[in-house]
Amino acid sequence: MSIKRMQVLVCAGTGCTIGNSGELIKEFEKEIRAMGLDKEVDVLRTGCLGLCGAGPNISIYPDNIIYKGVKKEDVKDIVMEHLYKGRPVQRLMLNETDLETNEIHDINHTKFYSKQKRVALNNCGVIDPENINEYIAQDGYFALGKALSEMTPQDVVDEIKNSGLRGRGGGGFPTGLKWQFALNEPGDEKYVICNADEGDPGAFMDRSILEGNPHSVIEAMVIAGYAIGAHHGYIYIRAEYPIAVERLNTAISQAKELGLLGKDIFGSGFDFDLEIRLGAGAFVCGEETALIKSIEGERGMPISKPPFPAHKGVWGKPTIINNVETLANIAQIIMHGSEWFKSIGTESSPGTKVFALGGKITNTGLVEVPMGTTLREVIYEIGAGCPNNKRFKAVQTGGPSGGCLTEEQLDTPIGFDELVKLGSMMGSGGMIVLDEDNCMVDVARFYMDFIVDESCGKCTPCRVGTKRMLELLEKICDGQGTMETLDELETLALTIKDTALCGLGQSAPNPVLSTISQFKDEYLAHIVDKRCPAGVCKKLLRYEIDKDACRKCGLCARQCPVGAISGKIGKVAFEIDSDKCIRCGLCMKACHFKVIERK
Amino acid sequence: MKSLEDLKKIRDQAKTQMSMRGNGETDYRVVIGMATCGIAAGARPVLNTIVEEVAKAGLSVTVMQTGCIGMCTLEPIVEVFDKNNNKTTYVLIDSKKAKEIVLRHLIHGEIIEDFTVGQYKK
Repeated sequence: MSIKRMQVLVCAGTGCTIGNSGELIKEFEKEIRAMGLDKEVDVLRTGCLGLCGAGPNISIYPDNIIYKGVKKEDVKDIVMEHLYKGRPVQRLMLNETDLETNEIHDINHTKFYSKQKRVALNNCGVIDPENINEYIAQDGYFALGKALSEMTPQDVVDEIKNSGLRGRGGGGFPTGLKWQFALNEPGDEKYVICNADEGDPGAFMDRSILEGNPHSVIEAMVIAGYAIGAHHGYIYIRAEYPIAVERLNTAISQAKELGLLGKDIFGSGFDFDLEIRLGAGAFVCGEETALIKSIEGERGMPISKPPFPAHKGVWGKPTIINNVETLANIAQIIMHGSEWFKSIGTESSPGTKVFALGGKITNTGLVEVPMGTTLREVIYEIGAGCPNNKRFKAVQTGGPSGGCLTEEQLDTPIGFDELVKLGSMMGSGGMIVLDEDNCMVDVARFYMDFIVDESCGKCTPCRVGTKRMLELLEKICDGQGTMETLDELETLALTIKDTALCGLGQSAPNPVLSTISQFKDEYLAHIVDKRCPAGVCKKLLRYEIDKDACRKCGLCARQCPVGAISGKIGKVAFEIDSDKCIRCGLCMKACHFKVIERK
Repeated sequence: MKSLEDLKKIRDQAKTQMSMRGNGETDYRVVIGMATCGIAAGARPVLNTIVEEVAKAGLSVTVMQTGCIGMCTLEPIVEVFDKNNNKTTYVLIDSKKAKEIVLRHLIHGEIIEDFTVGQYKK
């Protein structure tokens, strides 16, 4: 292999691929050849750097400079200026520069990265995910080597137990304990499952890990297999993640080729094999018993627990199911020890957590912070707050199972128990920021709509109850709600919480309950004043023309598609008939004098 | 692969590819002026020589390029920063001198006074 002096790493995660990063790679190769630099500079693809909203992103080593929002036209500039002449292109740079000395700051000192700590995302955006050698160069598979050659299965389980690692899929169950249950089960036929059925709207942590560093998950699954005495593993991933599936397939075949999967791994006599099972993208299949049913080829429906999967899982055998992000931590804990892991984060929630920041936030993307970081730091420092100077209203964590937190709660340190105390939950790590333009009733309605779609229909509380809740919410959004509607909604929510069969149903009312408790005034505005404060709920909107200010030009009347505006050009001020109006807003746009108001 | 030893072999081979992607904590940082003046004076072969020699010797050194340093007549200029950010500026470097810098400075830690800007006389 020839030695190159520079490497251009182009993000090939889903976000940046949509931003056409594949085209950029070709363009880079072309321009580099044109400058005769092809013997000096390498162009590689890599995983997510985190700044998905600003993508496509590119990082250049050894300078460690990240360019964001690179377009095809910019490539020539980067090649000419940076690769050829060594002058980084300032206008595209994420790195901040010192205004006085013109010195370029280290990427790790930028606001976006300085508060982050990448453990699960460790090699994401640094290595080429399709090249196992790069993973090995970063000490990959050495944790597996260590486990197989120096540790007994009980040692491995103890190490994980001692680390305090808790399941990153949402519930926060101690991973080591789960492993211990499975290890204690007699028999030789056990299974390890990786739950990559990431379904929360707006969450993409697991996808990014699998796309950026698939080997970390594979290595962890073999370690888990060794720990509990399993020889077979399944990765259950939704078919909606084609890039992740492709990279996993590549990674599995590379690992098999090197003998890191298969028979007699590292000459230890331990066998482990892995296969991918594709899911059809049903939210309920993220629930472990439904996931098991789906793997077995049946309809994805949950069954009641106990028996827990650790006793009776897939094919009726002891099974552990771990989330992708949980697994991404395993190899590092084995390598660096549980004490190292405990030194990060808080006492009850050690380690880090990856969040997918989305919604009304400037830096949309993937961030990983130590537990105990406050929501304010994540939203205002890393995420840089709401764009367009809008006022922050709430942050939704935990997806359809979680709830909303308000401005006053932003100083809460992030942790499993802390978020539950506030009526939300960690969930898998979606973090959706809402600003003054979001209606909280509408947000609750959105999540309920999602649940109604995704409920499997097995138990009545979830199948019928959530549908009824949605109807009540729609009634409120349409201005038909009364105080009784609100009471009914709350009673129904609490009943479903108590009686639904699985986690999906039990947590489904959370967004409603949390918005009712945090934003009761907005519900009341809809019910009592028949008004939507954020101006989202269409049926509650009213467009009004200021009669005194109207210049009687008639432009609005000409635009109105339903003929709801009447008046006489030059003579009588125009007026909107609220019953005919369909609230499309065209008149407001048409008015040159801005005398039409939305209320 | 049958043992940890085999894995180590793969790691060591792959390390060269990854070495420049570390977190920047290397023993030395070598910066070469690569603006028009530098390139015209022959900085490119100097840069490539240093990259090759560093990789061959497996040193913990980051080799970077920069723009015009300001003393265009003295190009090619090579700056060596140690861990404490102490800078040594070498001027009028060619490939042969570059090899010497790698051998004497980067490997043995000796500052080659003769090549430094301080020794330069018209």
